[in-house]
Amino acid sequence: MTADLARDPEAHARPDEDRPASSTPSVPPPPSVPPPPPALEARAITRRCPGALANDAVNFVLREGEVHALLGENGAGKSTLMNILYGMVPPDSGEIWRSGRRVTLRSPSDAIALGIGMVHQHFMLIPGFTVAENVLLGAEITGRFGMLDPRRASAEVRALSERHGLPVDPDARVADLPVGIQQRVEILKALHRKAEVLILDEPTAVLTPQEVGELFTVLRGLKARGTSIVIISHKLKEVRAVADRITVMRAGRVVGETTPAEADEQRLATMMVGREVLLTADRSPAQPGDEVLRVRDLHVRDGQGLPAVRGVSFSVHAGEILGIAGVQGNGQTELAEVLSGLRRPTEGQISLAGRDVTTASPRALIDAGLSHIPEDRQRHGLVASYSVADNLALATWNRPPFAAHGVRDEKAVRARAEALVKTYDMRPPNPDALVANLSGGNQQKVIIARELDRPVTLLLASQPTRGVDVGSIEAIHRAIVAARDSGAAVLLVSAELDEILALSDRVAVMSRGEIAAILDASEATREQLGLLMAGARTTP
Amino acid sequence: MQGALRSGKFPDGHASVSETSARVRRLVEPLTVPVLSVLTALLVGAGVIAAAGGDPLAAYAGLLEGAFGSARALSETAVWTTPYLLAGLGVACAFQGGLFNIGAEGQLALGAVAAAWAGYGLPALLGGTLPAALHVPLTLLCGATAGAAWAAIPGWLKTRTGAHEVINTIMLNYVALNAVSYLLNGPLKDPTPGNVIARTPLIAESARIPVFVDTLRVHWGFPLALALAALVGWGLERTTLGFAIRTVGASPDAARAAGMNVQRTVVLTMAMSGALVGLGGAIEVTALNHRHELGFSQGYGFDAIAVALLGRNHPGGVVLSALLFGAMRNGATRMQYLTQIPADVISVIQALILLFVAADGLVRRLYRLRGGAAPLTLTRGWGG
Repeated sequence: MTADLARDPEAHARPDEDRPASSTPSVPPPPSVPPPPPALEARAITRRCPGALANDAVNFVLREGEVHALLGENGAGKSTLMNILYGMVPPDSGEIWRSGRRVTLRSPSDAIALGIGMVHQHFMLIPGFTVAENVLLGAEITGRFGMLDPRRASAEVRALSERHGLPVDPDARVADLPVGIQQRVEILKALHRKAEVLILDEPTAVLTPQEVGELFTVLRGLKARGTSIVIISHKLKEVRAVADRITVMRAGRVVGETTPAEADEQRLATMMVGREVLLTADRSPAQPGDEVLRVRDLHVRDGQGLPAVRGVSFSVHAGEILGIAGVQGNGQTELAEVLSGLRRPTEGQISLAGRDVTTASPRALIDAGLSHIPEDRQRHGLVASYSVADNLALATWNRPPFAAHGVRDEKAVRARAEALVKTYDMRPPNPDALVANLSGGNQQKVIIARELDRPVTLLLASQPTRGVDVGSIEAIHRAIVAARDSGAAVLLVSAELDEILALSDRVAVMSRGEIAAILDASEATREQLGLLMAGARTTP
Repeated sequence: MQGALRSGKFPDGHASVSETSARVRRLVEPLTVPVLSVLTALLVGAGVIAAAGGDPLAAYAGLLEGAFGSARALSETAVWTTPYLLAGLGVACAFQGGLFNIGAEGQLALGAVAAAWAGYGLPALLGGTLPAALHVPLTLLCGATAGAAWAAIPGWLKTRTGAHEVINTIMLNYVALNAVSYLLNGPLKDPTPGNVIARTPLIAESARIPVFVDTLRVHWGFPLALALAALVGWGLERTTLGFAIRTVGASPDAARAAGMNVQRTVVLTMAMSGALVGLGGAIEVTALNHRHELGFSQGYGFDAIAVALLGRNHPGGVVLSALLFGAMRNGATRMQYLTQIPADVISVIQALILLFVAADGLVRRLYRLRGGAAPLTLTRGWGG
């Protein structure tokens, strides 16, 4: 995820490595002067969405053979702009230019015909098909009588992948591949359609740090062969590691264009948010107290009945933050669901403040002092059709001050909401606003305000800043540290290594349903955690 | 989000103006689509009447006269409205809890037959006579309990096995209606010599809900139903149980995570829904027919779904839509008498209303309405 990691060839070593290391291309020279001509240009693009300008007279220039990062918070208009440049939505006004010619994009097929390819955040692959079938989908290679010719298809995809330095087995089933390789298949799909301009929407969101490094190597290789690349991101480190130039968007407008050399992370964050941002959580060393949460040999099955958590043991003490690091889908979700009473374990034991809560209901856990920031806030954390005030009263809706004798006290609900809206600086500052109309960051503030507004014994925070803007991340991190300092035990589950390292006192790494290691945060390095996340059994 | 932020930045004077208009909008907005749906259905209905060779204006004039033209017309409208209101409330209650109760027809019949039995059988069972002050409430309670128990079954099945309430409430309709048919032809059949009709004996005088005036059929069940609508509205809005029901309806996952007992709430919601519907049947027996007879229901249980939807599942809205349905059913007879247009046209119009309310987007496009409330979730997928 860091610049050094991305450039460090050692860090690319992975246990499941099955391709020659020589495919790593050399890093091309810096852009020459004068700058290369534009490959793709947006001129004064404006796009209205209900209630807001998603893009307000946006100018954006992607030059030939560069990696250009489009940086901005969620909702800044990055994806809208790229969807316009890929023909998915029409602009209300403005022009699109491709290599010096004005073009009109009526659909993605127009964009593809002009050599523009896009890799979406959520992959558009058919899991049951092979790599070759996915790459060739819509442009199948047929033999006599229109029959499919799998052998020729496979050979063609193999040649394509070798030509572009994207090694992948064309006959592998996509469902069997790790996410990083699936992404490679998406890129191959675009290249097969002769993409000269490649747009990647949040490509690193689902990758391990090692996979991010590999992706960046691939992107540099493509760049060396003349492909122009746009990468959408809100991660400052990654943007600085891979991009030649950076365009920053905020609230539908371009606020500036810069280069990694000109702007450090602090500067980029300030451009993104529009004010100074504290990037590291300011905190004192932990003062651990009694053991609060104790998990012993826990086994959990997922929704499909497959083992998701396999024999996990750990404990969390009062006044400390235990971070659980890991790539998404390694059992953290199921672990958090069990700890919050939403799922039953198949084996093992959980005790909270000395009481056995292995099969306790959410109600019993809340009563025992659990505060829960759920991973899926839309599903488990909020009722979208309710007001902010009603959502703030959700977990203790049936007791004082919010209710007495089975009757709700709406005045008390509203009064408490007014105070919390102010404390947590929610926007809009209106307790009657519907939660559905709030931004991700403000929705998360509602949950955190509610969960920390009662005595907390254990705070379980799952992906607390996912999809949250940089400005709100700061406030959320402060609240979590404050909960720790007031004596709560905190279990932080996060796929963001930065977040884990910024907040945790100890770090447990989860991989394939097991805890690979528990390290002291002061000793843990990013590389070490990355390798453990990728499945290494012993620390290097 | 941006818009909301900006509107928050208005100077104070503007804010209060926009707040007032926002309040007006909040009041008017939910009424827009139902009112336009009714108007559109009446317009299309006029086309149907004209196509059938009738005079739409004369027909609607007759409908109005029949519904509101005299004290008797008003009384009959209230009589028709009562079962619509109670059954509609019951269905709306279930909708608020995210449950689709299509079983109102069966719950209504069971409520009616239970009330009829309590009406004629209880005094004998308790050895003697009962005072009306005790007998009437007991009779109503029997009807409500029967409906509640019957509706709770699909609720319980859903929480236990994930079986969808839509299927089970429909299926239980058949069971209930056939069971009632058996009872009316068998154990509960009116033993009067020469009786060949499948009906219960007349209920005791002490079990009858009185009328206001001897010459009119309108009875105390009507204000009782109105009072219950107010109670249900208050309960859903102001009690912790109502909040739990609405939360489970809006997001069962969030309700569970917040520590609500989703399973208990689902069963309770169905039972409450069935109780209101069953009470509707019981009031028909105790206030109007004084016995239960096979085929007394005019499809109230199914129309109740339309009543609830047209009323947007809000108790106040259900009162209005039940009045509309009651008035239309009542006025139809007069319309047919005056213009020879078959009263069945009214069924067509009622079906059209339901169609337009359900196809909310159609009405919005027709009248170029912007935006729209969040789509109404009538029911969720399997095992939800």
